Amino acid sequence: MSAALLAQVVPFERPAIDWHAFAPELVLLGFGVLLTSLDAIFLERGRKLTSALAGIGLLAALVPVITLAIDGQDRYLFGGAYVVDNFALVMKALFLLSGYVVVLMSTNYIAEGDYWENEYYGMLVTSILGMILMASARDLITIFVALELLSIPAYLMATWRKRDLRSNEAGLKYYLMGVFASAIMLYGMSLLYGVTGSTVLADIGEVVNEGDSTSISTLAIVFVLAGFAFKVSAVPFHTWAPDTYEGAPTPVTGFLAVASKAAGFVALVQLIFVGFWGRSDVYEPLMWALAAASMTVGNLIALRQTNMVRMMAYSGIASAGYILAPLAVAGDSVAIADESLRAVVTYLVIYAAMNLGVFGVIMAIARKTKSAEISSYSGLFHYAPGLTVAMTIFLMSLAGIPPLGGWWAKFAVFKALASADTVAGWSLAVVAAVNSVIALYYYLSVLRTMWADEAPDGDVSPIRVPASLVAAMALTAIATVAFGVWPPLVDGVADVTLLGAGG
Amino acid sequence: MEQFREWGLSAAIFLPLIGVAVMMAFPKTDEAIHKVIALGTSLLVAAIGVVLLFDFDYDNAGEMQWGVEHDWIEIINTQFSVGIDGMSLPLLLLTMLITPLVIIYSWNHFPEPHNPKAFLILILVLHTGMIGTFVARDLVLFFVFFEVVLLPMFFMIAVWGGEDRRYASLKFFLFTLFGSALMLVSFLALYFLADGDTFSIVGLSEAVSENGVSRNAQLWIFGGMLLGFGIKVPMFPFHTWLPDAHTQAPTQGSVILAAVLLKLGTYGFVRIAIPILPEAAVAWAPWIGLLAVIGIIYGALGCLAQTDMKRLIAFSSVAHMGYVMLGIATLTDWGINAAIFGMVAHGLITGMLFFVAGSIKERYHTLEIKRLGGLLVQAPRMGWILGFITMASLGLPGLAGFWGEFPAILASYNPANGVPTTLFRVYMVIAAIGTVLAAGYLLWLLQRTAFGEPSEEFADDPHITDTNRDEWIAWTPMLILILVFGLAPGLIFNVTDPAVQENLSECLSVDLDGAKKSEFDVGLCERDGIEAALASLDVALADVDGE
Repeated sequence: MSAALLAQVVPFERPAIDWHAFAPELVLLGFGVLLTSLDAIFLERGRKLTSALAGIGLLAALVPVITLAIDGQDRYLFGGAYVVDNFALVMKALFLLSGYVVVLMSTNYIAEGDYWENEYYGMLVTSILGMILMASARDLITIFVALELLSIPAYLMATWRKRDLRSNEAGLKYYLMGVFASAIMLYGMSLLYGVTGSTVLADIGEVVNEGDSTSISTLAIVFVLAGFAFKVSAVPFHTWAPDTYEGAPTPVTGFLAVASKAAGFVALVQLIFVGFWGRSDVYEPLMWALAAASMTVGNLIALRQTNMVRMMAYSGIASAGYILAPLAVAGDSVAIADESLRAVVTYLVIYAAMNLGVFGVIMAIARKTKSAEISSYSGLFHYAPGLTVAMTIFLMSLAGIPPLGGWWAKFAVFKALASADTVAGWSLAVVAAVNSVIALYYYLSVLRTMWADEAPDGDVSPIRVPASLVAAMALTAIATVAFGVWPPLVDGVADVTLLGAGG
Repeated sequence: MEQFREWGLSAAIFLPLIGVAVMMAFPKTDEAIHKVIALGTSLLVAAIGVVLLFDFDYDNAGEMQWGVEHDWIEIINTQFSVGIDGMSLPLLLLTMLITPLVIIYSWNHFPEPHNPKAFLILILVLHTGMIGTFVARDLVLFFVFFEVVLLPMFFMIAVWGGEDRRYASLKFFLFTLFGSALMLVSFLALYFLADGDTFSIVGLSEAVSENGVSRNAQLWIFGGMLLGFGIKVPMFPFHTWLPDAHTQAPTQGSVILAAVLLKLGTYGFVRIAIPILPEAAVAWAPWIGLLAVIGIIYGALGCLAQTDMKRLIAFSSVAHMGYVMLGIATLTDWGINAAIFGMVAHGLITGMLFFVAGSIKERYHTLEIKRLGGLLVQAPRMGWILGFITMASLGLPGLAGFWGEFPAILASYNPANGVPTTLFRVYMVIAAIGTVLAAGYLLWLLQRTAFGEPSEEFADDPHITDTNRDEWIAWTPMLILILVFGLAPGLIFNVTDPAVQENLSECLSVDLDGAKKSEFDVGLCERDGIEAALASLDVALADVDGE
C-alpha cells in the first residue's frame, strides 16, 4: 500500500544550482553563522573580534562578486526568479562596501556604549545578506523574503540603545510602519499573482504589459510600488524617517539612510523595469508625484530643523525624490529607460559615499559635544579643521557643487529628465533645479555655523577621533571627491540595463 | 617647447592644488612655510604665464593655442579640453598676476581670525577655479570650474569677513548658485536640442547653426545663460549681492572678487552665450543694453549715496561692469573688444582701489568717509596712489580706464545689424552722462578722504604710516600696467581683436530679415577688423560734428 503510494510520488529533483552565482550570499551567511557561534562558544572573550570579523566577512563576500563580474556572464537561476547580472553585481558591491563603512563607524561606538556587540554585528551581516539577495531577486516571493530579511534586523538595530526611550520609539515606529508597508505590498503582490498566475517578474511583465485585466493590475502595481515608497521614505510615506533616524544609534542611522534605502530602490527599479515597464501610464505619474512631493516637502521641512540628524533625515527624503525622478520618464522608450536606470544607479552609488560620510562626521563631533544639535557645531573650524573640511566636502557634495561627487549624480538625473524631452520631464527638472537651491540654503547654514561662529564657552580642545572612524571618513571623502573629479569611475558601474533581464 | 605647450595650461590649472596638498602636510603653526609655499606656487603659475606671454603666436591670436584635449566623461562626450586665444589671454594673465600680488599683500596683513594656512589654501583653490574657467573649452568643464570658485570665496567672506559676514556670504553663494543652476539647465538644453552630442563650445556653435534650434528655444536658453552670467557680472537688478559681499569680504577677497571673479560672468557672454547663440543674442541685445545703462546710472547714483568707502567702490563696480555689458550688447567688434579691455582695466583699477581701501582700513580701523580725511598729509604716497587710481577709474584718457569706457560708448552709436540703432544711441547718451557722474563720485571720494586736514581723532595716531614695503611690491606692477595700457591700448586690442572676430563671426550668418541697416554700420557682420571700425567711427563722429 505504502509502496504503491510512494511510487506515485514524483521524486524531488533538486534544480541545478550555480554555486558560483550564490557564492557572495554563502560567504556572508558563513560569516554570520561564525559570528553567532563565536558568541555562543566564547561568550565575552569573543567580543573583541566581532567587529573585525564582520568587516572581513563583508570584504570576503566581495571577492566572489568581483570574480562574477570578471566572468561577466548573466546567470539565471530558478527559472528567472534569481538573476545575477551586472546590475545585481553592482548593487551587491555597493551594499557590501557601505556595510563595511558602517562596521568601521560602529566599531568604537558600539564597544564604548556597551551595546551587545556580537548580536549587533550578527544583525548587521544578516541585514546585508537580505540586501544582496534583493539585488538578484526577480520574483515576488524572493523580493518579499529578501525584504523581510533585511528589515527585521534593521528594526532591532534601531532600538539598540535599549535604555534610551527615543531609541525604543525609533524602533517601534520603524517596525509598525514597515509592517504596515509590507502588508500593503503583499496585498498588491497577491493581486498580481491572481491576475498573472506567476510570481516571476518577467512572466508578470508579459501579462500586465499586454493590457489584460487593466484595472486590477493597476491597483496591484500602485500597491506594490507604494509599499516600497515606505522603504525609501518618499513623501507621503516618510513620516517614520525623522523620528527613527534621530532615535537610532548614529551608525544604524547611516545604515538605514544609505544601505536600507538603496535596497528599497533596488526592489523598486527591478519591479518597474522587469515587471511593469510597459505600464508607464501607471507608474510614471505615480513616480512624478512622489518625486516632486519628496523633493519639495523634504527640503522645505529640512529648512526648519535645528538637529543635524533630523535635518539629514529630511535631506534624505528629498534625495529619495531626486532618485525617483528619472523613473517618472523611464517608460518613454528603451533608450530613456536605460538612461533613467543609469541615473538611479549613479545617484545611489555617489549618495552612499557622501551620506555615510556625513554620519561619520556627525559621530566624530558627537564624541566631544555629545549632541547633534546644529548650534553645538559652532566654531568647529577653529578646533577641528579636519572634520570641518570633511563635513564641507560631504554637504557640498549633497548640494551638488562641482567638483564633488554630488554634482555628477544630479547631472545624471537632469540628463535623464532632459533626454525624455517631454513636459513631464522638463517640469520635473525645473522642480529639481529649484529644490537644489533650497537644499543649498540649509547645508550652507550648517557650514556657516561651523566655519564662521565662535566656539561655545570658548572650549577649543581638539576632538579625539578613533582610527576606524577616521578610516570611514577618509574612504567616503576620497570616493566623494574621486567620483566628482572623474565621473567615468561611476559610469563604468552604472552602465547596466534591466530591460529584458528577466531571462 | 612643443611639449610644454602640451601640458603648460594643465600645469597652470593644477599647480595650485599641488601647493594645497603640500600645505596640508604642515601644521598650521608653521606660518612662514605656508606663506612661502603659497607664494612659490602662485609664482610658478605666473612663470607659466610669462612663458605663455612670449610663446603666444600673436599673428594668429584668433586661433586656439596651447590646446589640449583628453577624454573626461565619455558618456556625455565631454572632454578635458583647454586652450587659449586672444580673448582669454589677457584675462588669464590678469589672474596669474593678481593672485601672487594678493599673497604678497597678505604677508603681514592676515585678517582676523588669522590662520594663514586656511586662508592661503582657499586663495590657491580659487586660483585653480579662475584659471580653469578662462581656459576651459568645454561647457561642462567650464561649469565645474565656474562653481569651484564659489566655495573658497564663500568661506573667505564667512570666516575672515566683517561684522555682517554671515549674511553677506550666504547671499553671495545663493545668488550665484541660483544663476548657475539655470545656466546648467541651459547647457543641457543646448546639448539635447542642438543634437551635436558634444559639450565643446566650438562644436555646439556649429551644431546650433547646422541642426537649427528653434528660435524660441534659443531665446529661452540664452535667457538662462543671461541669468547665470548676469548675476555673476553683476547686472542690474541682480547686483544686490555685490555691495554686501565686497563690504564684508576681507581686502584680499574683495580684490580677487573685483579683479577676476566678476569677469567670469562677462567672459561667459563673449565666450559662450554669444558665439553659440548669435541669433538670440541679437534679440536679447536691447534688453542687455537697457540693464547695462540702468546699471551705469544706478551704480553711479548708489555711489553718491554711500558713506562707506568700500561700499562706494562696490557700487562703482556695478557702474563699470555696466559699460562692459553695454559694449557686449552692441554685438560689434569694436564694442566687444572694448568690453574685454574694460574687464582688464576694471580688474586692475578696482582691484587697486580695494587694496588701498584695505590699507586705509588697517590704519584708521574705519572706512566711513566722513571720519577720514587728510590722507595726503598723513600718508602722502598712499594719498597720491589713491588719486592716481581714482583718475584711472573715472576714465581719464591716458590711463587704462578710458579704453574700456570710451570705445564702449562709441560702439553703441552704431550697434550690429538687427540691433535697434536709435535705442542704442539713447543708451549712448545715458552712458555718457554716467561718466560725468563717475567723475563726480570719484573726485568727491578723493576730496573727502585725501584732501583737507586729518580729523581730530586720527591727527596724532602713530599707526597711520605711509605705504609700506609689502604694499609697494604688491601695488607697483598694477600701477605700472594701468599706465602702460592707458598709453598703449593696442597691447590688448591687437591681441583680442582677431579672437573676437574669429569667435563672433557667427553673427555673419544671422538672418536679418527686415533689419534696418545703418549707413555707418560698424557691426561685426559688415566690417573686418578694428581699423575699419575705427575708420567708420571717425566718419560717424565727423557726421555728428557736422550736425
